[in-house]
Amino acid sequence: MTKQVTLISNNLLNMMIQRLCKQLIENHKDFTNSLLVGLQPRGTFLCERIVAELHAMGVQVKHGVVDPTFYRDDFRIHEKPLVAKSTYLPENIDGMRVVLIDDVLYTGRTIRAGMESLMEYGRPKNIELLVLIDRKKGREIPVEANYVGKEVESLKNERVKVLWKNEGAKEDHVIFLNE
Amino acid sequence: MKLSTRHLNAIEPLTKADIELIFSQADQFKEVLNRPIKKVPSLRDVTIANLFFENSTRTRLSFELAEKRLGADVVNFSASNSSVKKGETLIDTVNNILSMKVDMVVMRHSAPGACDFIAQRTNAVVVNAGDGTHEHPTQGLLDAYSIREKLGQVKGKRVVIVGDITHSRVGLSNIYCLQKLGAEVMVCGPTTLIPKYIHELGVQVEHNLEKALEWCDVANMLRIQLERQDTSVPYFPSLREYSAMFGLTQDRLNALSKDIVVMHPGPINRGVEITSEVADGSNSIILNQVENGVAIRMAALFILSQGLTRK
Repeated sequence: MTKQVTLISNNLLNMMIQRLCKQLIENHKDFTNSLLVGLQPRGTFLCERIVAELHAMGVQVKHGVVDPTFYRDDFRIHEKPLVAKSTYLPENIDGMRVVLIDDVLYTGRTIRAGMESLMEYGRPKNIELLVLIDRKKGREIPVEANYVGKEVESLKNERVKVLWKNEGAKEDHVIFLNE
Repeated sequence: MKLSTRHLNAIEPLTKADIELIFSQADQFKEVLNRPIKKVPSLRDVTIANLFFENSTRTRLSFELAEKRLGADVVNFSASNSSVKKGETLIDTVNNILSMKVDMVVMRHSAPGACDFIAQRTNAVVVNAGDGTHEHPTQGLLDAYSIREKLGQVKGKRVVIVGDITHSRVGLSNIYCLQKLGAEVMVCGPTTLIPKYIHELGVQVEHNLEKALEWCDVANMLRIQLERQDTSVPYFPSLREYSAMFGLTQDRLNALSKDIVVMHPGPINRGVEITSEVADGSNSIILNQVENGVAIRMAALFILSQGLTRK
């Protein structure tokens, strides 16, 4: 039976996003050469929230989305077929400081595919990774995030899911599932 | 989401959801084709054989480009310089090629049902690139996709297919595909080139081109397939007469009360079914069709390849 508890409430999540934004401002200053990129499908919701929050703080930032599907290493391995989503980058990424954004970092494989997809569009100055949840113990390849909302200890049969208002949830919050 | 079939032999067995899935993936591949590096590695461990037992330029090139841009290994075969000439049967030829560890087969053949025949007798995933007068599914898909791109949607649009419906696999695939997406379809041509029971497919029949053009939003002009009209009695008196009755000219377009979209699956017989002025004019989306062909074929191969389990 699936057990489900709220891991991060809406209030706490808002505070975490604000903190992440302030860390971004501290490192990127005016963002003229920076680009935020949400990883399809679920990283895009967090990216939208961060762009809106930065805007509220008086910072304008360029942003886009990247789909990792064509670069995944589990293509034709999963029972469930993969369906690609859109990719959009507002300008040439050569020399840009790119922040890749996803909601949950677990094995690191999606991030690798996302980075490979991104590099097909040019040669950014550097790529940083921002995640809301870092499931510390699950890494299968050496990928680490530069900005982390919260580290979570979890087992293989457990799942962490971020639910967004923009996809129909009552409010943005994070749940913990034990399957 | 996956297709309801393992092979792409025809549009007829596909569902609306299948077609929409292919279109949604084609959208993503169009984006891939418009970036500096027009290639993804998804099919890098897949080998595809293009078996063309019948001549083709556009379709063959389009499939080959689609395969290469998905990262697949490609082998090409054409009947004109092969053992087919020495009397080898179709199943022997295909089995020999498959025993070289080929995963997918893209096949064009002059016999209707040839692709289905291979699909039932081998383990490969088969994609039909035109089987005789039966179907040419990827052409049907790219035509409907081009209409969707140009007019926003296919549903509710009126499409007339003009010309040699009897011998046209493009016509049949178009009829199935457009109807599944909710378009109204009419066929127009000389009585001898319209199949007797075509109305059973739910299409309207018109023999007057002017009336058909006035009715439609899109006119898809088919080529007169002289190579398939090998009867002693011709289907129509002369090309000149056909052209006068059913050729799309600028004058005929100008006489209409609205703008229509003009399509042609190629190769064009300029001056027969369509004049150069119209083919190269502002109503024509003929070159868009060719461009979309690569994206549609990438989408179809990408989705179908997921039916192959990685060893």
